[in-house]
Amino acid sequence: MSETKPKNKFKLPTAAELKEGQIWKSVFRHKLDETPRNRSLAVLSNVFLHLHPAKINRDAVRYNYTWGMGGITFYLFLVLTITGVLLMFYYHPSKGQAYRDIMYLMHDVPFGNFTRNMHRWAAHAMIITTWLHMFRVFLTGSYKPPREFNWNIGVLLLLFTMLLSFTGYLLPDDQLGFWAVTVGTNMARATPVMGSEGPFGPQLGFTAFNDVRFAILGGSIVDANALLRAYIWHCVAIPIIASVLMIVHFWRIRKDGAISGPAPVMIEQDLSGPVAKKA
Amino acid sequence: MDWHQLIKITTAPDNVPIVLMLFLMPFYTWYGLKQSFANDRLIERLEADPELAKTHHRKTQPFVKGWDSTVHVWPYLLKIEFLAMIIVTLILVVWSIFLDAPLEEPANPNLTMNPSKAPWYFLGLQEMLVYFDPWIAGVVLPGIILGGLMAIPYIDVNPRGNGYYTYKQRKFSIWMFFIGFLVLWLVLIVIGTFIRGPGWMWFWPGETWDHHRIVHAMNRNLHEFIGIKDSEVWKAAGFGATVVGAYFVLGGLLCDRLFRKFATEMFKKQNFAQYATTIALTVMMFGLPIKMILRLGFNVKYVMATPWFNI
Ligand code: HEM
Repeated sequence: MSETKPKNKFKLPTAAELKEGQIWKSVFRHKLDETPRNRSLAVLSNVFLHLHPAKINRDAVRYNYTWGMGGITFYLFLVLTITGVLLMFYYHPSKGQAYRDIMYLMHDVPFGNFTRNMHRWAAHAMIITTWLHMFRVFLTGSYKPPREFNWNIGVLLLLFTMLLSFTGYLLPDDQLGFWAVTVGTNMARATPVMGSEGPFGPQLGFTAFNDVRFAILGGSIVDANALLRAYIWHCVAIPIIASVLMIVHFWRIRKDGAISGPAPVMIEQDLSGPVAKKA
Repeated sequence: MDWHQLIKITTAPDNVPIVLMLFLMPFYTWYGLKQSFANDRLIERLEADPELAKTHHRKTQPFVKGWDSTVHVWPYLLKIEFLAMIIVTLILVVWSIFLDAPLEEPANPNLTMNPSKAPWYFLGLQEMLVYFDPWIAGVVLPGIILGGLMAIPYIDVNPRGNGYYTYKQRKFSIWMFFIGFLVLWLVLIVIGTFIRGPGWMWFWPGETWDHHRIVHAMNRNLHEFIGIKDSEVWKAAGFGATVVGAYFVLGGLLCDRLFRKFATEMFKKQNFAQYATTIALTVMMFGLPIKMILRLGFNVKYVMATPWFNI
């Protein structure tokens, strides 16, 4: 034994040796050979993948059941977060400057126009996919017990997805956004009891300077304060709210026993059994 | 709008999504219904043959004895998710290279855009403004839509169709959703996008937008049809309240009749709160097309007019 040559310190390790080394093992906790155990560990020992269970219904991986719409919606949200943060580096939420920043992004910032376009189109796409997702959840009856609560989380996500898009519309501070938001918030004026032009609003002392619309816009017209508010709702508050709701949404999918189907179909005979009669 | 305008609206970058919807919605409706009908046929077969029902795996997807009923997420699901990410990214990249996001002139409160339209996904609400005052179209109806959506799981007492596509076993709920979502919500958006022009007036495809078109306000309140004048405030309000009240009462009774007859099981299973909510939501949902017909067909402005609010 004492005859073995001393190890050459300066020889580079092979790939196989690397995989046995301390650094590799500190990152990857399991082997990657194709065994059922490793396949499960690949999902369970990864913080991002462990949103998923280790195994799922064999028919649920087909496209035709979920249409992949929930997942695509989530992916679009991630795309929007990344492109949105990039845009924030160049954008000031102040009157005059905001519009110039958009021009600057479109014409001078490297890939600025591309980033802005992608943010815009991903936002539109996210609305479509959210609607389609809701549509498929409805058609597969996936809101039925035990998933009632998660459907409700979904309805809130639908609302916040649309508000996210709407608050972003004002940020370029151009005619399109300005008038869309003016038309939109004018409706708030008509809120019953709390709007200056709503039923019983004026009688209760509400004017254009203290009603809900004023609270939303931070003023009686769409101006600098409204721009700042839209910015904060759009870039901070609503993304946080939506993220929290998504965490609950995904957690609930797992807790409700994973995805609802494709489940075996029910026939009338199942319902007329002794169990069903009691109900 | 004339054809030129129609093309301009259709190809406006911000309208691409709505044009996309015109294809996606029918496609996915077909795609969902196709699977529903396939399952319905399977259900019929199994109901006719209870012995088969005991051994059948009860799905339209193929299944061979000995197959696992589950598969590993790694790689079977993850590879699909990865593929979906790549495809979506590709679509976005191509879309973003070839189509620029619009930027209009700087905001100018003194220069009204005519027509000034909300983003496409809110055009349904904006179109409702034609038929109802803002407090209903902009506040109450969106509230009812959201509340109604949230109520669905708690009022749909039908245990069938949980986790698979079916039409036969859920006819009532599917029809209601189709009417509310596909017909009302989406059709209003299409009208708002393609039909409405300056002054939010109705321009058929082929008609040129006329910025100077004046429509003689021929809309009359319902009470004027029977000779009550606007100045007779209390009489008019009383008449309106009666009509609105009657709509809810008679509509509710009609729904009750129909549900008892055609949705017997739902009627028997729902408790009072569930039943009342179902009826209220149904009556309110049909209130929208009824008001649309009254306005567009008979030039009725308000059914109920009072100094404080109008319906
Ligand atoms: C930001 C929006 C949303 C995101 C990111 C999202 C994400 C997801 C994902 C990834 C799934 C897994 C299954 C699938 O992909 O279909 C799912 C399931 C589900 N979603 Fe959503 N969702 C959103 C909005 C909604 C909305 C608007 C509704 C309904 C009103 C909803 C109700 C549900 C329900 C009930 C399930 C369980 C379905 C089942 O088990 O088959 N979600 N969601």
